[in-house]
Amino acid sequence: MEESGSAIMNAAAEVRAILVQRAAERLGVETERLRVEDGVVVGGPEDIAYGALVDGETLHVRYEGRGRRADPASYQIMGTSFPRTDIPAKLTGAPAYVQDLRLPGMVHARVVRPPVYGARLAEFDRAAVEAMPGVTAVVRNGNYLAVVASGEYQAVEAKRAAEGAARWSGGITLPERSKIYDRLQASAAEETVIHGTDAGSGSPVKRLEVRYTRPFQMHSSIGPSCAVGLFEDGRLTIWTHTQGVYPDRKAIAELLSMEEGAVRLIHMPGAGCYGHNGADDAAADAALIATALPGQPVRVQWMREDEHLWEPYGSAMVVEANAGLSAEGKIVDWTYDVWSYPHSTRPGGAGNLIAGNLVADPFRLTPPTNIPQPAGGGDRNAVPPYDIPGARVTKHFVTDMTLRVSALRGLGAFMNVFSLESFVDELAEAAGADPVAFRLAMLDDPRASDVVTAAATDFGWDGWTAPMPGFGRGFAYARYKNLAAYCAVAIELQVTPETGEIRIHRAVSSVDSGQIVNPDGVRNQIEGGIVQSASWTLFEEVLYSSDRIESRDWSAYPILRFDAVPASVRVRPIDRPGEPFLGTGECAQGPTAAAIANALRNATGVRIRDLPYSPERLRAVLQDT
Amino acid sequence: MVAMTVNGAAVSVDADPETPLLYVLRNELELNGAKFGCGLGQCGACTVLVDGKAAVSCILPIAALEGRAVTTLEGLGTAEAPGPVQAAFIEEQAAQCGYCIPGMIMRTAGLLAETPEPNDEEIRAALQPNLCRCGTHMRILRAARRAAGRPSEEDNFAFVGSRPNEEGAPS
Repeated sequence: MEESGSAIMNAAAEVRAILVQRAAERLGVETERLRVEDGVVVGGPEDIAYGALVDGETLHVRYEGRGRRADPASYQIMGTSFPRTDIPAKLTGAPAYVQDLRLPGMVHARVVRPPVYGARLAEFDRAAVEAMPGVTAVVRNGNYLAVVASGEYQAVEAKRAAEGAARWSGGITLPERSKIYDRLQASAAEETVIHGTDAGSGSPVKRLEVRYTRPFQMHSSIGPSCAVGLFEDGRLTIWTHTQGVYPDRKAIAELLSMEEGAVRLIHMPGAGCYGHNGADDAAADAALIATALPGQPVRVQWMREDEHLWEPYGSAMVVEANAGLSAEGKIVDWTYDVWSYPHSTRPGGAGNLIAGNLVADPFRLTPPTNIPQPAGGGDRNAVPPYDIPGARVTKHFVTDMTLRVSALRGLGAFMNVFSLESFVDELAEAAGADPVAFRLAMLDDPRASDVVTAAATDFGWDGWTAPMPGFGRGFAYARYKNLAAYCAVAIELQVTPETGEIRIHRAVSSVDSGQIVNPDGVRNQIEGGIVQSASWTLFEEVLYSSDRIESRDWSAYPILRFDAVPASVRVRPIDRPGEPFLGTGECAQGPTAAAIANALRNATGVRIRDLPYSPERLRAVLQDT
Repeated sequence: MVAMTVNGAAVSVDADPETPLLYVLRNELELNGAKFGCGLGQCGACTVLVDGKAAVSCILPIAALEGRAVTTLEGLGTAEAPGPVQAAFIEEQAAQCGYCIPGMIMRTAGLLAETPEPNDEEIRAALQPNLCRCGTHMRILRAARRAAGRPSEEDNFAFVGSRPNEEGAPS
């Protein structure tokens, strides 16, 4: 919305101005006399439709800001909830995803991956796999291995057989999971002070010093990555659900030593990806296999474990925070340090593709970007949105990433808002202040205050009492990236100490993402962000041992199921007519996590600073207290 | 050769009898409704009805389907004339990426075939095998309620196994 939506809106205003100017010239009247109604220029001696003004030409001009955007009060459609046009087809079985693409003569491929990063294919009984029913090819290039069959299930069976026929050696040793945070903090890091404010007056009478952790977490798309490739007459076409067709094309061209111009990537939707998942790699798989089988369309479908084990995860992170409170209950100093692996290893180079690492002449990973402020990567939302004196925020950027990582929805914002808004709640409690009032007193942006007040009001914050023992309430706020959408979330939950189960009874949210186009679309994104964040917060952690990643399917990487879905989620979108679009998709995740943390504290008296709040962890913690 | 009906039409499938139904539906019959999600029966993206009961087609060998009636998403209706469960999901705009939704619709259809007036706990329990990654769950629950004939403004979805003394609690 921020970029494409704004660009389209500005372009439309520009085109309208150009067309009205043309109509004025044709009619011999002043442009001021003319106006546009439903694509027809009216107000002159005769009405002229847009189509008649651009008959037989391509209107390709540079944007010069000639047009003025329409008065928001005149919008007919923007601001109303209109149904999505793609939903009826998707819900009745029309082809909609790259997974649904069927080309004539298409064959089916599956990849055969090493058991762990860096393992080498020492031996492989190729003949045993080639002899299987339906198998048409076995593609090997160094440690890269794939099987191709005429039938899809034959390809699945060939993959399973190939896994048995391959002997791998070596591979990296993964760190001990319980030590990952110490390891992250001890690693060589690029350190940047990203925020500093002058010391204020007042001396601290209380000091809080805390550490929060977040494990590696997955995108784990519900539809494993897929791509279709066709290599014909020296030209390669890939149908893919990548988020970036041009960067992926560049990487694939490098991988294959082809000219970029001979490689075409065509985007098709896939299942929700939430960032950089396996899509780019599956496209590279299709490229590598299709170039080995000229003239034959090849569909590569990853199996569940290919996605779970090989997608780039969201980084493990550590936050250490330290703040002093004055006798008046004001924050007088604030030190905040965040340690993180990279939050983008997108292509770019062929070394950023799994296939690029496996082929006989492997490519090296492009050095990951330390994404700068103000948007930030691991430090996204690490700067407090509050008026706090004596603040110092430092990012520790660690590139020795251990597990493969890249962009997961919100990047560091999820962890930083979880940490920062947990910490603010801890400080409010130490100050004996109401958490909402404590925040409002430190906010000087009226749009921030508005979402906080709206969520608190809709929740019924003032005067709330626990309806039963085991209930608690929590509040959190953030402005995504400190420059995009404002979002506040209030949560009422119930803890069952015997089982460690958390039931979210109510999630109440307000959001200001600028001018609203489709209010139901905003609600859909916030509802989804709250529920997805509840899943991250309550359940999710990539499991691994020294020689493998263990989270190979949904049983070893549990996510939220229907028994844990909140009883109620309520969203109030606040419209800001005429204000820029701020985007809605990534603003709710951080506040939701912190609101759950704060509600858990309120319900149980226990503050848990390590994610996730799995039933096992919760049971253990509650039994210790 | 396995003979079955798919969406009411007689079908003879000439494939390895171990082949899971999902691959036959998607490739031989070119039906898109059932999705590949895990191949392990863990996520429900591939859910269809077999003799009216919800089943995960990704681990269901066609050998087990001789003489049985399979219904897929396509068998419930079309974009122009959606079936009642599809219509309820469309009305609630119950989709983000939409990939899991066919499975949710089939699971709901299976529930309503057995239990025409399910309560919230029964809806949650019926949908428990199915995963959604976008977090569309609230809309899916609303759609299932609507399909069950009781659309509502307020969410307030009772949890499974809610103790009786919780019924009066605000939620």
